[in-house]
Amino acid sequence: MKSLTFDTTNAICGAVFVALGGFFVYECLNLELGTALRMGPGYFPLVLASVLVLLGAIILVQSTRVEGEPMGPIALRGMLFILPAPVFFGLTVRGLGFVPSLFFTALIAAFASQRMKPLMALALAAGITVFSVAVFSYALGLPFERFGPWVRF
Amino acid sequence: MDLVSNLALGFSTAGSVENLFFCLIGVLLGTLIGVLPGIGATATIAMLLPITFQLEPVSSLIMLAGIYYGAQYGGSTTAILINMPGESSSAVTAIDGYQMARKGRAGAALSIAALGSFFAGSVSTFLVAIFAIPLTGIALKFGAAEYFSLMIVGLVSSVALAHGSIVKALAMVALGLLLGLVGTDIYTGTPRFTLGIREYADGLNFVAVAVGVFGIAEILRNLEGEKTRTLLMAKVSGLWPTKDDFRRMFAPVLRGTAIGSALGILPGGGAILAAFASYTVEKRISKTPEEFGHGAIAGVAGPESANNAGAQTSFIPLLTLGIPANPVMALMVGAMIIQGIVPGPNVASEQPALFWGIIASMWIGNLMLVVLNLPLIGLWVKLLTIPYYVLFPIIMAFCSIGVYSVNSNVYDLYAVAFFGIAGYLLVKLRCEPAPLLLGFVLGPLLEENLRRAMILSRGDPTTFVTRPISAILLAIAAIVLVVVFLPSIKAKREEVFQEED
Repeated sequence: MKSLTFDTTNAICGAVFVALGGFFVYECLNLELGTALRMGPGYFPLVLASVLVLLGAIILVQSTRVEGEPMGPIALRGMLFILPAPVFFGLTVRGLGFVPSLFFTALIAAFASQRMKPLMALALAAGITVFSVAVFSYALGLPFERFGPWVRF
Repeated sequence: MDLVSNLALGFSTAGSVENLFFCLIGVLLGTLIGVLPGIGATATIAMLLPITFQLEPVSSLIMLAGIYYGAQYGGSTTAILINMPGESSSAVTAIDGYQMARKGRAGAALSIAALGSFFAGSVSTFLVAIFAIPLTGIALKFGAAEYFSLMIVGLVSSVALAHGSIVKALAMVALGLLLGLVGTDIYTGTPRFTLGIREYADGLNFVAVAVGVFGIAEILRNLEGEKTRTLLMAKVSGLWPTKDDFRRMFAPVLRGTAIGSALGILPGGGAILAAFASYTVEKRISKTPEEFGHGAIAGVAGPESANNAGAQTSFIPLLTLGIPANPVMALMVGAMIIQGIVPGPNVASEQPALFWGIIASMWIGNLMLVVLNLPLIGLWVKLLTIPYYVLFPIIMAFCSIGVYSVNSNVYDLYAVAFFGIAGYLLVKLRCEPAPLLLGFVLGPLLEENLRRAMILSRGDPTTFVTRPISAILLAIAAIVLVVVFLPSIKAKREEVFQEED
């Protein structure tokens, strides 16, 4: 008996699309569908979401036929430091203000690479902050508070 | 003569000191980032998009266009010098350009690429100017049904030209369309898919999605296997091509320009396809095909002209119909909408200065690239020695500032992180992000036109096939879909994209 081979990547991919499509279908159920003449807010998305589920299912089925190449390495360290950077900026830009918030954002992102050394990171973050404040805050005049309420004494 | 007065208006707009300045900044930034391998034009524009929002609409679009063709240009510089195409459209240039560099003809290769690009850019800019008005005339006759069908053509073509599995690309389009619908329904005011977050009621911020899916995802991909970049730099000397070179580049440049201009207009087409097509043609008609792969001048001149011509003419569907032909154009649509301009046939008549200003600036930008970049090659090469890990924090800082500055909405920053990881995972699952972005931009327009068409036809769905223009467009879309699923084409398509990687 032939053992079932999987293309793991495609199997995951198909499952992800089915799940996402399922989510949108579920959300659509709370929306008014309307008729083909007067489409409600849920009509077009429901069609799309159903198509997405269908396509996901096709990918899933196809994945059992051929074996593909593996997914390759995943940038875990990168995700750990790159993704929190904008989130941190979002959380602190109003409280800490533009200058400190940007400095730490750059500092966090700097550690995404394993070759970054602490001193280098500090210097780089400082440089980016000085440059950005000069360009965005002074030259372009974006309405950012340079120092926010959390750091004012 | 209308064309002349229109172009005069364009040149006076683009020729103002301010716009010249932003055009210059655009081409410089574009070249700069195009030179850095690993970050493509789409990611570059996505990341620099927010910076331009503080500018006047004309200046902002001129600068963005400058970044686009600057990046094309920078990409070919690295392709020739270190065999590392900064842009996928210059992957073909690397084949023969790098061989020329190894033979000590780097300077000549760079000049040929630059001159070929300039020639192609000039011709295709002129084509844009000629075709813009008649096409706009046709577009004004378009009703909701025609727009719907036209967008279907655009989406289907983007699927046909995406890497890898067609089914996956279709799924990405569907997902993109759905994401585009997040926010308040325009007819009823019902919030959709906002998960109860009030800040997403206006829809997901286009910049946040683009920066996440293209910018952040690309950074993460670069962080996967950190390798030291080895620089086997050929010394650049003898910039000016010889008489013999000129003779040999003449015909390929002309053919490349023709191929590029034609393919650029097609929705979903553009620079990449044009470069490949041109290389194939040159190789086939060459008297010495064995030279290809070993430093053939035609193998540099043709594709370089073609990719530049394609880059310019892909503005035609954008400017006349408001339909983006590729992800970069999708970003331009986003930029226009944020600037309060509704892309479409009305732009030419309502904002002639903007419309013709952009067209004229393309030519000016190309001129700047030739004049500035040949002497600056030394500087660009030095940039290549900047270690990559220094770039990430800079990019992240600018992205954060940029995205936040669009609406001062911190939820946009969370969306960046979310779409960053989502984009990265989709790439890991071998899904191309381009169709997703196109779908995202077109989602709301598609739905609006579909609903409007159905109301106009009193609920009769045959309206899409009984109106002639709409029927033709849908037939084109169907043919494209059928063709990409044909086994022979499928194999050929995989082969082409294999080469590209």
